[in-house]
Amino acid sequence: MSKISIDQLSQIQQKVEKEQALRQGQTGTGAHRMHLLICGGTGCQAAGSIAVYEALKAEIDKQGLSGEVAVIETGCNGFCALGPVMVTYPEGIFYVNLEEKDIPEVVESHCKNGEPVERLFYKDPSSKKFIPHMKEIPFFALQELIALKNRSLLDAESIDEYIGRGGYQAMAKALKEMSPEDIVAEVKKSGLRGRGGAGFPTGLKWEFCQKSPGEIKYVLCNADEGDPGAFMDRSILEADPHAVVEGMVIAAKAIGSHHGYVYCRAEYPLAVNRLQLAIDHAKEYGLLGENIMGTGFDFELNIYQGAGAFVCGEETALMRSIEGKRGMPRPRPPFPAVAGLWNRPTILNNVETWANIPQIIEKGGDWYAGIGTEDSKGTKVFALTGHVNNIGLVEVPMGTPLRTIVYDIGGGIPKKHRKFKAVQLGGPSGGCIPEDKIDTPCEYAAIMEAGAIMGSGGMIVMDDSTCMVDMARFFMDFVQEESCGKCTPCREGTRRMLQILEKICAGEGEPGDIETLEELSATIQEASLCGLGQTGPNPVLSTLRYFRDEYEAHVHDKTCPARSCVALLKFQVDEDKCKKCGMCFKNCPVDAIDWKKKEVAKINLDKCIKCKTCIENCKFDAIF
Amino acid sequence: MSLAYDLTPQEMPEDVTPEMVERIDEICAAYRGKPGALIPVLQKCQEVVGYLPVPVQEHIAKALGVPGHEVYGVTTFYSFFSMEPRGRHVVRVCMGTACYVRGGKEALDRLERHLNTPVDTTTEDRRFTLEQVRCLGACGVAPVVVVNQDTHRKVMADAVVDLVEQYD
Repeated sequence: MSKISIDQLSQIQQKVEKEQALRQGQTGTGAHRMHLLICGGTGCQAAGSIAVYEALKAEIDKQGLSGEVAVIETGCNGFCALGPVMVTYPEGIFYVNLEEKDIPEVVESHCKNGEPVERLFYKDPSSKKFIPHMKEIPFFALQELIALKNRSLLDAESIDEYIGRGGYQAMAKALKEMSPEDIVAEVKKSGLRGRGGAGFPTGLKWEFCQKSPGEIKYVLCNADEGDPGAFMDRSILEADPHAVVEGMVIAAKAIGSHHGYVYCRAEYPLAVNRLQLAIDHAKEYGLLGENIMGTGFDFELNIYQGAGAFVCGEETALMRSIEGKRGMPRPRPPFPAVAGLWNRPTILNNVETWANIPQIIEKGGDWYAGIGTEDSKGTKVFALTGHVNNIGLVEVPMGTPLRTIVYDIGGGIPKKHRKFKAVQLGGPSGGCIPEDKIDTPCEYAAIMEAGAIMGSGGMIVMDDSTCMVDMARFFMDFVQEESCGKCTPCREGTRRMLQILEKICAGEGEPGDIETLEELSATIQEASLCGLGQTGPNPVLSTLRYFRDEYEAHVHDKTCPARSCVALLKFQVDEDKCKKCGMCFKNCPVDAIDWKKKEVAKINLDKCIKCKTCIENCKFDAIF
Repeated sequence: MSLAYDLTPQEMPEDVTPEMVERIDEICAAYRGKPGALIPVLQKCQEVVGYLPVPVQEHIAKALGVPGHEVYGVTTFYSFFSMEPRGRHVVRVCMGTACYVRGGKEALDRLERHLNTPVDTTTEDRRFTLEQVRCLGACGVAPVVVVNQDTHRKVMADAVVDLVEQYD
C-alpha cells in the first residue's frame, strides 16, 4: 500500500461502494452475487463463530461458489445472546445460533438453490413465529444507528471496507476545508455530550483545550470501559475501529495536537488487536502519521493498555496511568484541558463519543441536533442485559422511554412466572429505576430525576428474583475493591458501608443500620476526591429510595423477600404453595430433595448445599 | 502476598531462569528512558516469568533506572500484576452485573468448593488459579468464565466443574 491523497480516497470509496451496494439490497454492481456477513465479536466468538466462519469458507469453496459468494467476518452485531449470528445479502436474512453442522445445508440450500433455511431464523419469543429479515426483527427495527452505523455491515479488519462506507471523508473535509474554530463550532452546534457518563458538552471541552496555550497537546480516547454490564465501547472498537481513529484526528486538528493515545482495557484483547490493525492500516495509507493525505497535518496515535484498575476510567487517573504511575485521581482544577497528560493541555473522550464525531463533521451539527430531545441530543447506545429476552446493544434516539427499550426492543422478561422489578442504569455510579417509573424517557435530566444516571449506558434489567439489598452490596463491593485508596472517605467509608450491607444480607442486621448507611452515604458523596467516591453510594441510596421495605424486611423480620440471600433462607417447602411438579427434585445437583409424583417435595437439609437451584426452578415460589 | 517491602536484596526464586532474566533485560533495554514505560514493561515481564516476585521487580527497577518503590507501588496497584506464582490454567469468573444476576456468583461458589481454594488463590498442585474479574464485556452471553484465553459463555453452576476439568 502507498500513501494516498484525498482524490485517491474518493476513488477507493467509489470502487468499494459498488461491491458493498449488495448490502443495501442493490444487485449487479459488484463482483459477487451474494455476501455472507458472519459476526466475529467477542460474544459470538465465545459461542464458536470462528469455527463456523472457517466451515463456511471451506463449504463455499467445496461447492464451487467462491467466485460468486463472499464470506466476511464482521465485528459485534450487537445481538449477542443468539450468537453466532449471520446476515446474508442482498436479501438481509438473519440466521441465529449457527453451528458448524448447519453449514453444508445453508450453503447448499440458500447459497446454491436460493432457498433459505427456515429452522435457523430468528424466532419471536412471544408469537413463536420465524422472522427471516433482519430489518423486521423488532430488536433491530426500532433502533436508530449513528455510533453503531457500520455494525455488522463491514469487515472490521479492512480499511477499504470502512472507506467504502464513506470513511475518512469527514477527516479529509476537516483537514482540508475547515479551520480549528469551524470544527469546534460544528461540534458545539451538534449539542453532543460526552457518552462516557458525566455528559459534559464535547464542543465546550474542545474549545477550552483549543484556547489553552501550549505547543504540545494530547488527544486521548478512553476505552477503559470498566462499568460492569456495559460493552458498547468494546463493540465499537471491534466492529468499527476506524471511526474512533477518524474522530480523534478531527479533534487533533481542532485543538492543534499531534499525538494521541487510546487507553484500552487489557480485558478486551480482540478490541486491542482490531484497533492496532486499524492504526497500522491507516498509517500505511498515510491517514495517520506525517503530512496526512498531503494536507500538511501530522498526527501519531498509539494504544496504551490498562492493567486492571477501574478507577483508571476517571480522567485524571487515566492520565497518571499512561504516565506509568499508580492510577490515582488528582483534584481539579486545573482541568485536563489546561494541564492533563504530562501537564500538557489534553482532551479525553470515550469511544462512543469519538464514533459520533465523523458523522457530525460530515452531515453537520444541525443534523445531529435534530435527533433526540432539547436537553440531550443525538442517540445513545445502551448495553441491555440481565433478565431480558433480547440481550445486546441498542442504539436509540435520546428520549426513548425505558419501556420501549425493555419491552419492545428487549422483548420483556424471559421467565413467565417472574415479574419486572427494576432497571439498573449507570453501573456502580448509578441507581435503580423501579417499575412505576418505567415510562421515564432516556435523557440526562429525566434519568437523574428518577434516581439513576445515564452513565456509560449499562442497562441491567432485573426481575423479582433479584434482592435489592444484595444488589447494593454487590456494587458497594465493587466500589470498595476498586477505590484507589487515596482519599479516606472513599477508602474507609465504602468499606464500612460494605460491612453493614454484608451484615444485613447475612441476617445480622440491627436497628439503626439503615440510618448509618444513609449518613455514611452523605459524607462519602460530599468529601470524596473523584467521581468514584462521589457516586459510589448511589446504588445504596436509590435502592433505599424505592425498596426500603426490602431493607427493613432483612433487618427486622430476618427475611429476604426476593428469596435471594442464602443466610435468610430456610430451604423448606411451603406445602400450600407446592404444586408437586418435581422441578426442584429434577434440578437439585446433590440429590437433596425427596419427591414422588403427586407428593409435596421435602428438602434434606443435611445434604443441601444451599445453591438455590431449587428456588430458581420453582415456578410457584414454594421454597422459602 | 508479602505485606511489607523487604529492603534487603533478595535472590531470584528458583523458577526464574537465567533465560528469563536475559529476556527481562532485553525488554527493559528497549523501553529505558521512554516516558510511561513502566506498566508495559511490567506487563511484558509478567508474561515471561508468569508473576512478579520482589527480586524481579528490583531487577526491573535497576534496569529501567527508576526507584524500587515506584515499581512496587505500580505492581501492587493494578490487578493484572501478581506477586504470587500462578497456576497452569487461570480460571476467571466474570463478576460483572449481568453475570452476577444471571448466576455467575453461584458458578464461582461451586468452583471454590470443587477446587478447594478460595478466589484469588492457586491450588496446591498449581493446576489452577481461580480469579474473579470485573466485567469482560461479554454480557450478552452471561455468565462468562474465561479459562486462559478461551471464553466460555452461559456457564451455569451445574456445568462449571465439567468445564474446568477439561484442562489438565
